[in-house]
Amino acid sequence: MVGIVGYGSYLPRYRIKAEVIAKQWGSDPAAIIRGLQLNEKTVPGQDEDTITISVAAARDAVKRANINPQDIGAVYIGSESHPYAVKPSGATLIDALGIGPDVHVASYEFACKAGSEAMYVAYSLVKSGEMKYAMGIGADTSQGAPGDALEYSASAGGAAFIMGKEKVAAEILFTHSYTSDTPDFWRREGEFYPRHAGRFTGDPAYFKHIMGAANAMLEKSKMSPKDFKYAVFHMPNGKFPQEVGKRLGFTKEQLEVGWIVPWMGNTYSGSSPTGLAAILDVAKPGDSIFMVSFGSGAGSDGFIFRATDELPKIQNLGVKLRDMLLNNQIYLNYGEYAKFRHKIKINE
Amino acid sequence: MITARYHREIPQRYRLEAGKCKKCGFIAFPHRLVCPKCKSQDFETIRLSDEGKILTFTIVRVASDKFSKQTPFAVGIVELKEGVKLTTQIADVDVDKLEIGQKVKIVFRKIQEDGKAGILCYGYKAVLI
Repeated sequence: MVGIVGYGSYLPRYRIKAEVIAKQWGSDPAAIIRGLQLNEKTVPGQDEDTITISVAAARDAVKRANINPQDIGAVYIGSESHPYAVKPSGATLIDALGIGPDVHVASYEFACKAGSEAMYVAYSLVKSGEMKYAMGIGADTSQGAPGDALEYSASAGGAAFIMGKEKVAAEILFTHSYTSDTPDFWRREGEFYPRHAGRFTGDPAYFKHIMGAANAMLEKSKMSPKDFKYAVFHMPNGKFPQEVGKRLGFTKEQLEVGWIVPWMGNTYSGSSPTGLAAILDVAKPGDSIFMVSFGSGAGSDGFIFRATDELPKIQNLGVKLRDMLLNNQIYLNYGEYAKFRHKIKINE
Repeated sequence: MITARYHREIPQRYRLEAGKCKKCGFIAFPHRLVCPKCKSQDFETIRLSDEGKILTFTIVRVASDKFSKQTPFAVGIVELKEGVKLTTQIADVDVDKLEIGQKVKIVFRKIQEDGKAGILCYGYKAVLI
């Protein structure tokens, strides 16, 4: 049996409400909140980035796995906001956790699905017998251009998953990846903010790739949506994951636990992984979990998990996602938010 | 360039590694070569716990250039469970609501940037539990 032996998640404490952003740009807050189904989003502190978020999530993952960090043979961090253009985020993380130096480390990038890529490769290395444990992380401190629709959603957070063969808490039963060249969203080298193709990000991109991976997994597994207790899809806004769930035949009840986007925003590479962490926080042995990520450009990674008897033993060994999501928030006004996100030009 | 010094300090800044004197039990943070209590040079490396309490603090309202965009912020002396005291920034807090004795957790954060194109320096800060 191969699967998740430990997991952790992290969200910054800072928030900005969609209403505050809408008022800044003269938009109707009610229309924005209704249209995108986003109430507020997380904002990284001035001292937080993809590396610090990954370290916080990974420390809880090691605690839950209760393993010697030295036994972890690979660490992969997926993000579109790695703090360095050249220098792997994982190199800092392994020294913070006491992993290595005999360890394989790499930074992954695939828009919003870099985290699930990291999870997939970590899982594959353990399954092949190449190493005992491997860690896959999805984390981001994503940016949306001022006044753009993305500014309401681009947020910060992440989750880490340690794959192993012993004391598996959530077995991975099936996976599937689905990719094509689809120019729905991109950021050119040297550009600060990403660009997107408006409505083209919907049917030809998000829905086509998620449904492609999802339908292939259902076919492979010979399972149907009703066989799952929970499902989580990439969450670029509140509406899309609900819509793709409905098109595939999942109910609102199956999506509810992992649907954290209205209060968290889109944590990009951390989006479906944090949703999965929220599900693992409450799932019971035997529960089946359906997850499909989406990364613009474009592709989707799908996983089918089944919780084991080990999961309840580790759930309380780390911080739970919804405890971070719904407690101790520090709300920012737009000026503070602009300062935190380096949107103000200043003299160096 | 602060690269070499930063690299040397990684064990204490990233992992709270300290030296525990094998002879008298004194904990040196950061690590020392000679025990200030018994003069022994025989230390074992330990990792300090990540929980403690605020012994005292001050609020920085006028900071040096590197930290001027973060004001006001709190810097405190935190006592960890092992009795080790360390000076650290206290993050994610309304500085006007801080109190001596509050429990904190040590977290991993970015401490400073070596200019616009230099390295990023990470280390420990405290946040309220």
